[in-house]
Amino acid sequence: MTDPAAALRRRSRPASQARRRLPRAAEQFSGWAFVTPGAVIILLFGAAPIVWSAIMSFQRSNLLSPSTPYVGLRNYRQLAHDPIVGQAIQHTLIYTILFVPGTMLVGLFLAVAMNRKIRFISVYRTAAYATMAISTISEALVFIWLFDPSYGLVNYFLSLLGIPQQQFLNSPTEALYVILVMTIWGWTGFAVVIYLAALQGVPQSLTEAAAIDGASSWATFRRVTLPLLSPASLFLAVWLTINALQLFDEVYLSTQGGPLNATTVLVYYLYDQAFQDFNFGYASAIAYVLFLFILVITAIQFRVGRRFTHYRS
Amino acid sequence: MSAAAATAGRPSRRRRLPFSPWHLVLIPATLVLILPFAWLIVTSVETPAEALHFPPILTPHVIRLGNYPAALRAAPFARFFVNSAVVAVTTVASNLVLCSLAGYAFARLRFLGRGALFVVIMTTLMVPFQVTMIPQFIITKWLGTHLLAPIGINHIGALIVPNAATAFGVFFLRQFFRTLPIEYEESARVDGASRLKILLRIVLPLSTPALATLAALTFLDSWNNFLWPLIAINSTSQMTLPLGLAMFQGAHSTEWTLLMAGNVMSLAPMLIIFFVAQRFFVRSIASTGLAGT
Repeated sequence: MTDPAAALRRRSRPASQARRRLPRAAEQFSGWAFVTPGAVIILLFGAAPIVWSAIMSFQRSNLLSPSTPYVGLRNYRQLAHDPIVGQAIQHTLIYTILFVPGTMLVGLFLAVAMNRKIRFISVYRTAAYATMAISTISEALVFIWLFDPSYGLVNYFLSLLGIPQQQFLNSPTEALYVILVMTIWGWTGFAVVIYLAALQGVPQSLTEAAAIDGASSWATFRRVTLPLLSPASLFLAVWLTINALQLFDEVYLSTQGGPLNATTVLVYYLYDQAFQDFNFGYASAIAYVLFLFILVITAIQFRVGRRFTHYRS
Repeated sequence: MSAAAATAGRPSRRRRLPFSPWHLVLIPATLVLILPFAWLIVTSVETPAEALHFPPILTPHVIRLGNYPAALRAAPFARFFVNSAVVAVTTVASNLVLCSLAGYAFARLRFLGRGALFVVIMTTLMVPFQVTMIPQFIITKWLGTHLLAPIGINHIGALIVPNAATAFGVFFLRQFFRTLPIEYEESARVDGASRLKILLRIVLPLSTPALATLAALTFLDSWNNFLWPLIAINSTSQMTLPLGLAMFQGAHSTEWTLLMAGNVMSLAPMLIIFFVAQRFFVRSIASTGLAGT
């Protein structure tokens, strides 16, 4: 990648002269030489597939037949009338609406509690951080066992409170909420890290000034700390939403979309169509619907968020 | 939250408790957070009869470590671990190299098409993996049959190559490189250093925090990736830990003691790495959030 000849040529010319004209050949060369290996990977596996799957979404394409005729908007029309897509969108949205604020509240509460120098604080923090080191599959496997209807620990705790045995992941009405609980647990560490970092950026002088002015600690938190945390909150809201809309791993491991499609979320249905039934065309159309959802929802979040977000210059 | 915030003011007014009242919140919270870990370990040393008992037996009579060798006989967890490690380490290394090169070119070098190429790469950042996974599967399959088998479907190479450079890494390092003072680089150029030499000797040594962050995030991503390995890998010998564990669960779905022993072995390595390098990981993850502020 080095070009000694080019380096020699470069040395012979003053730098200022080159800056005004087209980039010099040597700089062109090293620029492209540096960019090419990474760009090839990203273009081949990231950019080209975006176009390709857009084309596929207008084709009837599956592994069984070699021909992939264009069918216009048929995949999208089929999708609009597919009752499972409707359910999947509904489940995805319900899950996202509960997961994002749920994780943020848990994270904020724990971060505020942990943002002080008390004894054992590193033990508390490590316990929260440890959830980040667990893969979604390990997490789901433990929670399936915790929520086992017959022998699970959760039903045991409920029985101590006099609550009858629950079916949890076997119940169409409860399964999605069990997945909600396990994913909130799994993301707690991340939310705590983000909020703790943001809390440590809140200048003590501001909260002390509010206290001197006679503000209660709740008022100080509400009026001083919380607005200062708003950039972190916006970041978390967007980040968690994008991830929530792509929920898959836990569903795959725990319920496979069941019982009675109660946990079929968009990505699970997409996976099912693409790699169980090999309807690549239809699955691509679903993928683009998912993309549209992500784009629209994050755009709204940024638009609305900007109004409530205070950036310190 | 209101109750918690209200208690915050109390100790300053009247000091009653010999310890911070926050412990009263943090101890139960911590117990809830570590309960899944604790129960996982307890179950992994029980007998099947103890595990399938209601009410659950919270402390097994004998610690039965036999579940671990039994799990190892049922599925090659060591193999999964090696595969995961090879994939993660290779992916991190190639990302550091390729994203540094590309990031530096985008930050400092002027070449025709730079703007357009950068926009295209940035576009891929916004698109979720689910949109690209079907073509990625087809491309990987094609590469495996027509170019090189070890990077095709059903080889761990298929888990490395598509992630060998990421748009995020390029963007992240470009942003960081642009914050570095350009004077060092200019004086090195006056002295006749090549671009590659400047990158290696001046820019990268100044960028160790950014490189460390990229390494940590790439490592975690690679280690926990599930959907792509699920699509790309079929045979047990090529599976990574999450995929191997999922397959193991499918085959032994009611043998909870075996499953939990396998699960402990799957998550222990990462947990240990995470504890050892906790500061490093936490700072890296925190910096993703602070980037927006």
